[in-house]
Amino acid sequence: MARIAPFAERSELLRVSAVDKVFPGNVAALRAMSLEVREGDFISLLGPSGCGKSTALRLIAGLSDPTAGRIEWSTPRAKGDLGVVFQEPTLMPWATVAQNVYLPFRLEGTPYSAAKDDILQTLKLVGLEKFQNAYPRALSGGMKMRVSIARAMVTQPKLILMDEPFAALDEITRFKLNNDLLDMQARIGCTVIFVTHSVFESVFLSDRIVVMAARPGRVIEELHVDAPHPRDEAFRTSADYAAHCRAASQALEQAMEAAA
Amino acid sequence: MSVTDLPGAKAGKAATVDAEEARRARRRRVEQTARYVLPLLVMVLAIWLWDRIVVWNDIPHFILPGPSRVWASLTGDWNLLWDSALLTGRITLMALAIAVVGGAGLAILFNQSRMVELSLYPYAVILQVTPVVSIAPLIFIYVESKTVGMLMCAWIVAFFPVLSSTTLGLNSVDHNLRDLFRIYGATRWQRLWMLQLPSALPYFLGGLKIAGGLSLIGAVVAELVAGTGGVGTGLAFRIQEAGYRLNIARMFAALAIVAAMGVFIFAALSLLSHMLLRRWHESAIKREH
Ligand SMILES: Nc1ncnc2c1ncn2[C@@H]1O[C@H](COP(=O)(O)OP(=O)(O)OP(=O)(O)O)[C@@H](O)[C@H]1O
Ligand SMILES: [Mg+2]
Repeated sequence: MARIAPFAERSELLRVSAVDKVFPGNVAALRAMSLEVREGDFISLLGPSGCGKSTALRLIAGLSDPTAGRIEWSTPRAKGDLGVVFQEPTLMPWATVAQNVYLPFRLEGTPYSAAKDDILQTLKLVGLEKFQNAYPRALSGGMKMRVSIARAMVTQPKLILMDEPFAALDEITRFKLNNDLLDMQARIGCTVIFVTHSVFESVFLSDRIVVMAARPGRVIEELHVDAPHPRDEAFRTSADYAAHCRAASQALEQAMEAAA
Repeated sequence: MSVTDLPGAKAGKAATVDAEEARRARRRRVEQTARYVLPLLVMVLAIWLWDRIVVWNDIPHFILPGPSRVWASLTGDWNLLWDSALLTGRITLMALAIAVVGGAGLAILFNQSRMVELSLYPYAVILQVTPVVSIAPLIFIYVESKTVGMLMCAWIVAFFPVLSSTTLGLNSVDHNLRDLFRIYGATRWQRLWMLQLPSALPYFLGGLKIAGGLSLIGAVVAELVAGTGGVGTGLAFRIQEAGYRLNIARMFAALAIVAAMGVFIFAALSLLSHMLLRRWHESAIKREH
């Protein structure tokens, strides 16, 4: 079931090399960012507000072009290779849950009958199979987020980009979704780049934490969290977890100082 | 209050309705009744007062007829007025239809091509801000058919709200959804059809409600300018004609029908809007309190 290879054997998925992004008005959102993303990685981008995390995701998604440097995929990117989850659920309010999850297939031209099994399976994975005919306004914030995650996963993409997806949720919902997210990643075997403000979240989820600083946005440090998967509540209370959290906090503090 | 908010208390909620819930339900019922009863009461009162003023002051009917005379005219001249109402109604609905097609069509065209928008938008505004009464006589000089002329007048008045609200709607797409469509490699038609048009629907329906009333105004104005001949006689012309003959009661009767048509159009479009949006749009949810 777990299609994710051990750390040492993972092959490269994409490479970010010395990327700069300068916005009009000479705002250096990113400077010399480099990152190697390997298949099966769970990478967190952790850093204070304004350090260019969202900018980095948009560049990787191909929504904007780097001012300098390159972003290269090891194999050419196909339409369904990338899924995205934003901070807001970003659902189409006029479409039912199932229709929302169907969107990536629909845009590819796949008929609903052919996509139906995948849609139902993914909805089951996020625990919303009973709500497939509900409209988004009838769902809670956490449920909407699950639909958004299901939509990103339904094509079994190679890479999923998530920009603070759980920032607006309460802690209980957040922990639950963190657990489920790891579970789903293991099943699908995808790579995840996850933006967060939360040290705890990044340690619990990630294999690697990229700590960033602002003005200009840049990478300060890369931490490895080598705790084995599957991770569960036991990991949350372990000494190992606490130690990683401490290390990440310190790195984040450095990042804040570097910016000040 | 705080006790019922505990999650554990939820199970019992269906069985025992708390005091606040009951109060709210009662207020809702009272409001529902008042919504129909109060305006009706105002109308009855106004008609009674009107009748009294006419009787007490001995006002002659060619200056101000009493309500009973107006009613008599409404029923006595019903066939005449009904035929006129059909004509005005037909022009209004046709004008509304082309205002919708033209307004929404232009909005989509403008949205697809910035250059077309830049070229034509100023003229749409000019057409909108110029009073139709001043354009109408010109139209009837050059346009042979009365019907076509009247339709043009009504269209000029009615298309702009549809155009501007649909344009706003097409541009009000959630920017994250727009990015998502880009990431999945959507074509421009997919984006228009699956994202922009549904996003624009509530805006379009808002414009449509305004356009409904305006196309009636446009039809009435066009009739007044066009006069009769060729296409029969609409309600506006009936009002004018009755005025010349000092048949004030018929003027009131025709006016009542025009007003009723306006109300009917507005109600029908509101219903349509509700049917289309009720399943998903925020405006159609009944919230507590
Ligand atoms: N489109 C844009 N035009 C101009 N400046 C921008 C634009 N997008 C981002 N920036 C600037 O780039 C910097 C990085 O922005 P970015 O949104 O990537 O930060 P972030 O790390 O995601 O912050 P947050 O945690 O608050 O979301 C900020 O200083 C921001 O003002
Ligand atoms: Mg951000």
